[in-house]
Amino acid sequence: MINKKLVSSFILISSAALPILSIAAEDIVLSAPNLHIRTLAASCAACHGSNGNALAGNAVLAGMDKNHFITQMLAFKNGDKPATVMHRHAKGLQVNEINQLAEYFSAQKPILAISPKAQKLQADHD
Amino acid sequence: MTKSKPYMTNQNTIGNSRRDFIKTAGVAGLLISSYPLISGCAVNNQKPTIGRVVVIGGGYAGATAAKYIRMWSANSIEVVVIEKSSQFVSCPLSNLVLGGSKSINDLTFGYDLLQKNHGVQWVHDEVTAIDVANKKVTMKRGEIRYDRLIIAPGVDFIYDTLPNLQSAEAQQTAPHAWHAGWQTVNLRKQLESIPNGGSFVMSIPKEPYRCPPGPYERACQVASYFKKHKPNSKVIVLDANPEITSKKGLFSKVFAENYAGIIDYRPNNVVMEVDIANKIVKTDFETVSADVLNIIPPQRAGKPALMAGLNNIDKRWCEVDFLTYESKLAPNIHVIGDSVSAALPKSAHMATSQARVCASAIVELMQHRTPDPSPVFANTCYSYVDDKQAMHVANVYRYDAEKRIMRSAEGGGVSLKPSELEGQYAGAWAINIWSDVLT
Repeated sequence: MINKKLVSSFILISSAALPILSIAAEDIVLSAPNLHIRTLAASCAACHGSNGNALAGNAVLAGMDKNHFITQMLAFKNGDKPATVMHRHAKGLQVNEINQLAEYFSAQKPILAISPKAQKLQADHD
Repeated sequence: MTKSKPYMTNQNTIGNSRRDFIKTAGVAGLLISSYPLISGCAVNNQKPTIGRVVVIGGGYAGATAAKYIRMWSANSIEVVVIEKSSQFVSCPLSNLVLGGSKSINDLTFGYDLLQKNHGVQWVHDEVTAIDVANKKVTMKRGEIRYDRLIIAPGVDFIYDTLPNLQSAEAQQTAPHAWHAGWQTVNLRKQLESIPNGGSFVMSIPKEPYRCPPGPYERACQVASYFKKHKPNSKVIVLDANPEITSKKGLFSKVFAENYAGIIDYRPNNVVMEVDIANKIVKTDFETVSADVLNIIPPQRAGKPALMAGLNNIDKRWCEVDFLTYESKLAPNIHVIGDSVSAALPKSAHMATSQARVCASAIVELMQHRTPDPSPVFANTCYSYVDDKQAMHVANVYRYDAEKRIMRSAEGGGVSLKPSELEGQYAGAWAINIWSDVLT
């Protein structure tokens, strides 16, 4: 899937023989991910796990209903819903970003995230 | 070769990567024979790659970048991590080892799942040279070429003003414990052997340093241990900064209310000289003697960043383009995490946020596409004030296209007060970030 995409974008480069930047706009059409939202969503992973698959009782965002996500985030943003930390994040986001994050996370497949196994510190470590 | 590959262009090295791999078969062979753990090879050989990214450093930043490049390129970019330690030891939560509520073994992990789940190749070695012109990294036991290089070495310590603290023997007596590991364990053991009434003296370097609230969290952790077990002992904090550098209102209150008579906070106190044998510290104002001594030295970008000559800001930190984290000095070399010069806190969450922007940009650049022109990311940093209660500082950061920097968005700030609820969230933060970074 991605290979096909890669090849088609590369053909575009070589056949059009254009400087890299000038093909960017067309290329974004070929590119499936919304880069801005994907990276922003990934930044939530520290508390909500990879692709929204949280552990330790934090909200699992993967597969979350879009409307529920938007309602919660807007309530954090407006101060209607009490929070320890989420209002800080919600206030920093634009409404269109919240809408797109809702779309993004609702499309993620919920999976059971795993934890790395804790180990004994080895003697040769710093 | 170029003719058979329609995607070859003059300026890329995408096709070259495979050719170089074969051309430098001696090198590759050496690497593979020296490092049987390059387990990603089988995975990688099943499909053509569009190039190789070498990542120096497997900490929060480097490990995250490695994983997300593999994920977001659908495994079409080969990723090789060079890491000198065989284990990942988390700095976040390591102050709790000093407080006694965590063991270092709770914070130590392997890299096996990251390698296995994402086909990240792993080289356990130390970088000795970086050849920017020839895109080559030399290690103690081999060398490797890259199409793009990510340097994520964390911080290194500066001993210019305190040269006698540089040796391993000196650090046995006065550990910095600012890289989690055996120094953390050593410091905890020293705290356990301190008599009731003894003094723990710690020093904080001028900003910027790794983990702005970390030293104040450390003071709280040690004070929390003293309060329970050695109530006549003192924590003397010699801060080179004019005031508490992070969560100031919160820490001031905790020092005054929770640890009155235990924590003695002394700002504007730069350590000038340390008599290690007698555990005596001289600052520009006073002489302080300690039973347990913890000098946290000034810091700069980690050694590999200096090897590549990327530390152009105050000779300490690396200037980068915040859309890609590419160095302003060297093409095709990206710097992420604590080594970056930025008005951003040097935290673990920040390191992973930068790593993902960098990973996304590299995946796009290697396909000759344009990275996100307006990255936005979050940072949440918790500090524990005892074994249960924590408090946060949290911000969203947004790219300012005019100034070309990351700026704090509206709504950021700190907790009203430390709480057990936030202590639970801080623990959940650790579990989730470890899962994200290491599996």
